[in-house]
Amino acid sequence: MSRTTTPPATPTAAPPMAAGAAPAHGGLTDALAATPWEELVTSALLGTDRRPPEGASGTGPDGAAAALLDAAALHTVRRRAGLLPAAASPPPAPAPDDPRPPLPEAARGRLAQLLADRAAGSGGRRGTAPDLTELIPQWLATANVHGYRAPDSALPSLLDAARARTDLRPQTLEFAGPRGLWLAGLNPEWKFALRGASGSALLPSPDDSEAVQRLWEEGLFAERIALLGAVRARDADAARALLAATWKTERAEDRLMFVDSLRTGLSADDEEFLERALADRSRNVRATAAELLSALPGSALARRMADRALSCVSPGLTGDEPFVAVEAPHECDEGMQRDGVVALPPSGRGERSWWLGQLVEASPLSVWPARFGGRGAAEIVALPVADGWGEELHAAWCRAAVRQRDAAWARALLGPPSTPPSNGPGTASLAERAKLLAVLPPAERASWVADFIAAHGLSEAFQLLGVCPVPWDRPLGRAVVDALDIARDAGSYPWSFSGVMGLAERCLDPSEADRLEVLTTTPAEPADASPGANGYWSEAFQRLVSTLRLRATMDSELSGSPER
Amino acid sequence: MLLTDGGEPLGAAASAARWTVEQVLALAPDDASRKAGNKLGAAGSWSDTGWDVTGAVWGLCKGSGSKPYRTVVDTTGPAYKCSCPSRKFPCKHALGLLLLRAADDAAVPAGSPPDWAEEWLTGRRARAEAKARPAGSDGAAGPADPEAARKRAEKRAERIGGGARELEQRLTDLLRGGLASAEQAGYGLWEETAARMVDAQAPGLAGRVRELGAVPASGPGWPMRLLEECALLHLLDSAWLGRDRLPPALAATVRTRVGLPASPEGPPVRDRWLVLAQYDTPEGKIVTRRIWLYGEESGRTALLLSFGAAGRSPAQALPVGVTIDAALTPHPGSGQLRAELGERFGVPVPAVTPPPGVTAAEAIGSYGRALGDDPWLESWPVTLRDVIPVPSPDGWQLIDAEAGEALPVTPAALNRPALWKLVAVSGGEPVTVFGECGHRGFDPLAAWPSAAVAAHAGTSASAVSAASAGIETVALI
Repeated sequence: MSRTTTPPATPTAAPPMAAGAAPAHGGLTDALAATPWEELVTSALLGTDRRPPEGASGTGPDGAAAALLDAAALHTVRRRAGLLPAAASPPPAPAPDDPRPPLPEAARGRLAQLLADRAAGSGGRRGTAPDLTELIPQWLATANVHGYRAPDSALPSLLDAARARTDLRPQTLEFAGPRGLWLAGLNPEWKFALRGASGSALLPSPDDSEAVQRLWEEGLFAERIALLGAVRARDADAARALLAATWKTERAEDRLMFVDSLRTGLSADDEEFLERALADRSRNVRATAAELLSALPGSALARRMADRALSCVSPGLTGDEPFVAVEAPHECDEGMQRDGVVALPPSGRGERSWWLGQLVEASPLSVWPARFGGRGAAEIVALPVADGWGEELHAAWCRAAVRQRDAAWARALLGPPSTPPSNGPGTASLAERAKLLAVLPPAERASWVADFIAAHGLSEAFQLLGVCPVPWDRPLGRAVVDALDIARDAGSYPWSFSGVMGLAERCLDPSEADRLEVLTTTPAEPADASPGANGYWSEAFQRLVSTLRLRATMDSELSGSPER
Repeated sequence: MLLTDGGEPLGAAASAARWTVEQVLALAPDDASRKAGNKLGAAGSWSDTGWDVTGAVWGLCKGSGSKPYRTVVDTTGPAYKCSCPSRKFPCKHALGLLLLRAADDAAVPAGSPPDWAEEWLTGRRARAEAKARPAGSDGAAGPADPEAARKRAEKRAERIGGGARELEQRLTDLLRGGLASAEQAGYGLWEETAARMVDAQAPGLAGRVRELGAVPASGPGWPMRLLEECALLHLLDSAWLGRDRLPPALAATVRTRVGLPASPEGPPVRDRWLVLAQYDTPEGKIVTRRIWLYGEESGRTALLLSFGAAGRSPAQALPVGVTIDAALTPHPGSGQLRAELGERFGVPVPAVTPPPGVTAAEAIGSYGRALGDDPWLESWPVTLRDVIPVPSPDGWQLIDAEAGEALPVTPAALNRPALWKLVAVSGGEPVTVFGECGHRGFDPLAAWPSAAVAAHAGTSASAVSAASAGIETVALI
């Protein structure tokens, strides 16, 4: 399409009345009126003193300029009045049909409200009103469970929201559906939607092997990674075969992403491919392949690592009390390096402990009970460790438990929730503990965290709460609320707990709202409290209650049965 | 689409006084108010809320002080009243109250207004009636001293004449020296001339002059555009100086274009007016709000203008997509669409059908015809039917697939994120679009999904039948 929007019409196309509307017709000679527009522009650009327009009557220099303006006015109005439509460019292919049912009206209004809040940006004191932006993820998740179709006019705001917040993307794209994807394909700002959208409408069906093969060979990197993900989700072997066919010609950065894509649906069938990738030219590819192999307890790499680890960690032989003896490796040989052990430690760490950590981390946890006379995970973790290696060894076991998703070891390394974090068997790091928790079954996670909060309060609970299933079950919810109430009675300010408060707003079961109502009053301030704290607390609890009520309303709007 | 409350039949008034969330959000004077109002659109902040069949909604909103703010909205106006000190209009409390009513059926119960609300409502309605009734006789009475007024008007006309002659001379000088020199002169030259026009009490001329300053920096083809604008300005000068010889209607148009205030005259037109679009444009320190209306009976399109100075938002705000039964008084002048909103009858109701549309060729043709009445027109309001929006990096088009013809979208409109809603609603299928069609292209302001699509959505919608629920008007600005 040309940039000049509408083609200028021929003068004959102009309705006569447009010319008649020019009231300054008097001084205009017919000759000048007929002068082509381009010539008028040239005269105007250079100046009528230098280049008088042809046909201007001889009324002096001012007269020539005025005559030019008269003629230009006539031309302008005539051109505008005679505009014609341009030739149509080809329309986009129609959006694919979306058979999902439309949102109930109330839910639709709610969505507009949530999205408007996001667009306006956040800031300022929070007051007692709910933070709407934070409720978008929950709203989307519930809408997707019901299987509603997104309102067409909301699609741009949804895509904008997902563009700004990566955590919203999967839910938003599911909700936006095929029409959302169609729209994203038309606006370069929404390119992200076309990446990694598995089962995307723009990718060929994984069953269409010919189209898959063609896109794999000719597509752009983003398309290929999306394709690989989609095929992998359907048929892990087919994806690996695709990868193996072109492996030798891929660039190192691409190989890294491709290897990483095997993480989903990883199985023993991938071992052979990964084992070959251990000899890759790129160090990052080798490291990723080794990491994936070590997560396959039956793999040859896992066995090799276990052999090495077992030679370093053994039951102590001296004295009466059992203990763990550690003899860290003295060198990092070529074989270890090929299996993904990084030889050079980060600054500040001894190389022997660095190597030990990697060996233990990559070994299947199942080798240890046999090594320690049939003891279970908890018993092994409870054994004293000689020569101050305990911290290093336990940290490595933690990483192994997370990587191998071993609940028994995770449980053992977390220890009972009532033990203070600094004395626990595994790690004092909250981030590591949160990862261990994530390995446990959901219900167990929640009850562990509930007991932890009951014992230690909220000051270290934020990260742990983040891995609990939402909505929080009753014991966990009550533990959090009780702990908040205790914190208030202790006279601290609510913003010391703003993180937990925010989580509670989003994760507490909405049915708890009525029970929480009593906390929204402002009781008399104890003498030792921070000044004004009670007012802020009651505001925070009011916000908690109003958010919970709003979430309940949102859910009932989405289920299509108005709450009475 | 204005919902149901779970199967109970809704009276006309009940659904009327309740706007959708989108409509309320569109009423906000700015983003900050929209955000603040949105926060208040949840039950937590409100008490003693209610609405009644006359279209009133009220409530108490807890603010930072000890006394709650008293907020009342008369949706028939619509008019807003709040005891808060905000100069925003409608304020965040009024928006919050309307959002609460829009979003949560149970949050605002039906009732009768408390005394503090009742007082304002009756007062306002009495004033509105009083204003509507003697409007005709008021014009006949005229100013207190017609002789003095005539003298003042003559004096002003003289000053404008002086300004117009001075401007003529400047344009002539510019043309004699060549437009190429204007590129170097920059804004300074035009700013000074604009100031002279302000002194001459011709704000219309001043505004056009100021715009000339930006043309040389507007990219390739600027000499052509500058010549066009100079020529139209020259046309306006000459028209003003020779206005005695113009037909009365055109002379009235020239007076308006030069910047003389006009008051509405002519018989009021009562109709069911569909609110097509509402948008604000900052012009210097003043914000101009334009509201486009379409009369379902008369087929007329009318423009309501209101202004807000120094941080205040314009007082008039109508929700897009509703129909109001009201009398409009048009302004004089040929090719003029401006009107004043007069008496209103009953509460606004959701619109049932979009305005009838025309083809792309007819749309651009109607702009051409309108130029015959007012050659200074930049654009003309048109509803296009069955056009498909085609976004492209080189500029958008609205294509009429059947005729193979297209109108380009004005480049300025492409900066508006809301324009993507047009594509989203279309989904590659034909839609009805209202907008301003001019020599720079088509500026889409509102869209309606095609009837087939709407009907399809209607059949699968829960309990609401498509006919009683009205249609969805998608605002594009």
